[in-house]
Amino acid sequence: MKKYIFFVCLSCGVVFSQDTLNGVIQYQESNKTYPLIGANVFWQNTTVGTITDSEGTFQLEGVPDTDLLIISYLGFKTDTLKIESSFITHQMVQDGEDELAEVILSQRRKTMQKSFIETQNILKVSSEELLKAACCNLSESFETNPAIDVNFADALTGTKQIKMLGLSSPYLLISEENIPMVRGASQAYGLTFIPGTWVESIQISKGVGSVTNGFESIAGQINTELKKPLTDIPFFLNLFASINGRYELNTHFNRKINERWGAGLYIHGNKRTQKFDNNKDDFLDLPVSEQINLMNRWQYIDTEKGWIGFLSWRFMNDEKLMGNLDFSPQKDSGYTQRWGSEIRTKRWDTSLKVGYVFPDLPYQSFSLQTAYSNHDQNSYFGLRSYDIQHQSFYTHLLFNSIIGNTQNKFKIGLNYSYDSYDEWVEITSFERTDSNIGSYFEFTHDNDDDFSWIAGLRVDFHNNFGTFITPRIHIRYVPTELFVIRLSAGSGRKAANIFAENQSMFATNRTIKIQSSQGKIYGLNPEKAWNYGLALSKSFYIGSPHKITLSGDYYITNFTDQVVVDWEKAREISFYNLEGKSFAKSLQLELDYNFKNFFNLRAAYKNYDVRMEYNSGILQKPLLAKNRFFANLGLESEKSYKGKQWRWDITLHHLGVQRLVENQRDGDNGFSDGFSLWNSQLTHSFSNKFEIYLGGENIGDYRQVNPIIGSDDPFGVNFDAAQVYAPVFGAMIYTGLRLKI
Amino acid sequence: MKKILIILLALPLGMVAQDNQKKNAKAEFTVKGNCEVCEKRIEKAALSIKGVKSAEWDIPSNKISLIYNPKKVTLEAIHTSIAAQGHDTSEAQAKKEDYDELPKCCQYDRE
Repeated sequence: MKKYIFFVCLSCGVVFSQDTLNGVIQYQESNKTYPLIGANVFWQNTTVGTITDSEGTFQLEGVPDTDLLIISYLGFKTDTLKIESSFITHQMVQDGEDELAEVILSQRRKTMQKSFIETQNILKVSSEELLKAACCNLSESFETNPAIDVNFADALTGTKQIKMLGLSSPYLLISEENIPMVRGASQAYGLTFIPGTWVESIQISKGVGSVTNGFESIAGQINTELKKPLTDIPFFLNLFASINGRYELNTHFNRKINERWGAGLYIHGNKRTQKFDNNKDDFLDLPVSEQINLMNRWQYIDTEKGWIGFLSWRFMNDEKLMGNLDFSPQKDSGYTQRWGSEIRTKRWDTSLKVGYVFPDLPYQSFSLQTAYSNHDQNSYFGLRSYDIQHQSFYTHLLFNSIIGNTQNKFKIGLNYSYDSYDEWVEITSFERTDSNIGSYFEFTHDNDDDFSWIAGLRVDFHNNFGTFITPRIHIRYVPTELFVIRLSAGSGRKAANIFAENQSMFATNRTIKIQSSQGKIYGLNPEKAWNYGLALSKSFYIGSPHKITLSGDYYITNFTDQVVVDWEKAREISFYNLEGKSFAKSLQLELDYNFKNFFNLRAAYKNYDVRMEYNSGILQKPLLAKNRFFANLGLESEKSYKGKQWRWDITLHHLGVQRLVENQRDGDNGFSDGFSLWNSQLTHSFSNKFEIYLGGENIGDYRQVNPIIGSDDPFGVNFDAAQVYAPVFGAMIYTGLRLKI
Repeated sequence: MKKILIILLALPLGMVAQDNQKKNAKAEFTVKGNCEVCEKRIEKAALSIKGVKSAEWDIPSNKISLIYNPKKVTLEAIHTSIAAQGHDTSEAQAKKEDYDELPKCCQYDRE
């Protein structure tokens, strides 16, 4: 006789939103546990319900009227559970059996999900995953994520630079709620201007993105969703301090004005006043800095009439001081006594979104997005000065509907963007205006089962690029259960903002050379590339508590035109259009292992082959590790009904050797050492409202010796602070608290 | 204002039906089923009928919500087509042999 046992694992999905109930439903047969697929889960006497998915999991919004949850499945006794907290014990047996069964309870938090349903290769990162990196802004939110590599921009600013598929962030489209965001002037430091606590979730899509957001994404797209006043908690406070002298404050206030209107005020401040020079090169290891960031959002929802709206505005001021330990901006700037640098950035943003869903036709909608930003950076690096002002206006009108039935959907839309750049590079002024009008059509077929595809085409009329088309296609096929094959192909273009994107060159005394090809952007032609990708993912269970997902993907980016950034010649940096080949091939193999929901292991191996034709021949891209290994291990204790919980995780990044360009320190044909970086964090939740955390970054204390070339003669020809391949600062310990009311 | 926006959008696209009232009818009725597999089966059965634009079936209530074009298909025909897949509707009964061919989890209780 078969014995079935139900395992009901329930918990609060998000620590602060008790309204959502998450769970896993399983059954046991001959001592093996399997997920119960398709079980009905619903609140008694309501129509609010769901079914468990192919992993036996479900997520259900709470209802005010009842706390009785009904779980039913044919062949099993239907049971009613009283949900009093996030913690419940329950026994359930098959029809016609009265033997007692046992129940095991555990937590379930899905912090990082590879979607099986999406046609594109999209990785969704929840706010819980973001908490694993307690500090501090968006550029530091990717440390626990194998899809994105975090590098070091230079030896002065402490800025982290992200890469995907072996290509640096200018080749990614970084958007905020689908409005292109970190681009142009904000390319170098823009990710540090988005406080981590403001972010609700991140979607990372590898390969060419959708045509709807423009033609710029080549290697991928990173979209962030910010916290929303109507769904976020009323009050949030986060305090952070680290031994490298950094202090952070984040507070969010949200108020529901009435059923339809909500408003939020988000305040972020960070400061570092202490000066460190642990490597005794007379240069600050980290900048002295200060940032204030304010955002005010208004949200409107009228579900009956189908209107939604968002109005946001934001102000940011950031100041950084770097250079010699006793450099004083008042006394020393403009002189060659001491080397110093300051970067001051002011930024205004405003955006408006209006959406309308036809009340009678839920599959038909239109939306209008508009955004304006003004980015103003004034900076000097020793005797070199760099100022940029970038004003940007963006608008996007989108219409969604179906052809025949909801298995065939389409999007059609118009984008208009206007960017004006005003730059001063030392004594030379560059002014440029980019204006583009584009329209697109994107068709999606999904048979709601094992096959779907998206094909998009856009036509753009650009004042500096001319008229061109951008095709993109994505295909998803599920040959057997829990096995997904995805293919993608398409093209993308971008203007190379050579100064803004490569600001680390100002922290050198290299001569800047532009080899003009009579183009319209600094004399250069726009960049153009094709990207092709294949991604496979297979999940399976070994017994039921062990869930394993194996995935692999391979992407090729072929540049047909590119602006080559050439550091190869000592004391020189030159920019020129590609003549010959340039490609980036990226392979990633990943293993995810999940045991009973409290043990998570993620390991990934990545191989990058990024080569291009320089003036001096075809070479591997410098400062890029060809081989990388990543592992993240997370443990969570059971959460008590009051929300008490321990969470711990540790991350390893191993970087193989990186090619170095010829310079005084590394000689000719130099390679860096391979090295490992360890990060770890421990969080204790005292209740659903209060938690503290303690963590360490680079706890193995790996440091690059002599990160700054020619630091003893910063005004000499060999000075170069851009050749950084490893952390400048050693181990960093931090602690902080979160209060949620 | 709303109308103007819609018209502005609809004109160049030429995709929106001019008279939505006549081309879009709504219906809701009971279709018997149990699980996620049934949901896929029932929605697929409905969407495979020419003229059915949208179909959402809800497990706890066993109700299907349809948007269809009454000029292309009658409500009776929709009932019959869904029943032909083995799922009883409020108006049409599935044949015994179609019911017996349903996946095990979809074999709902029949009085």
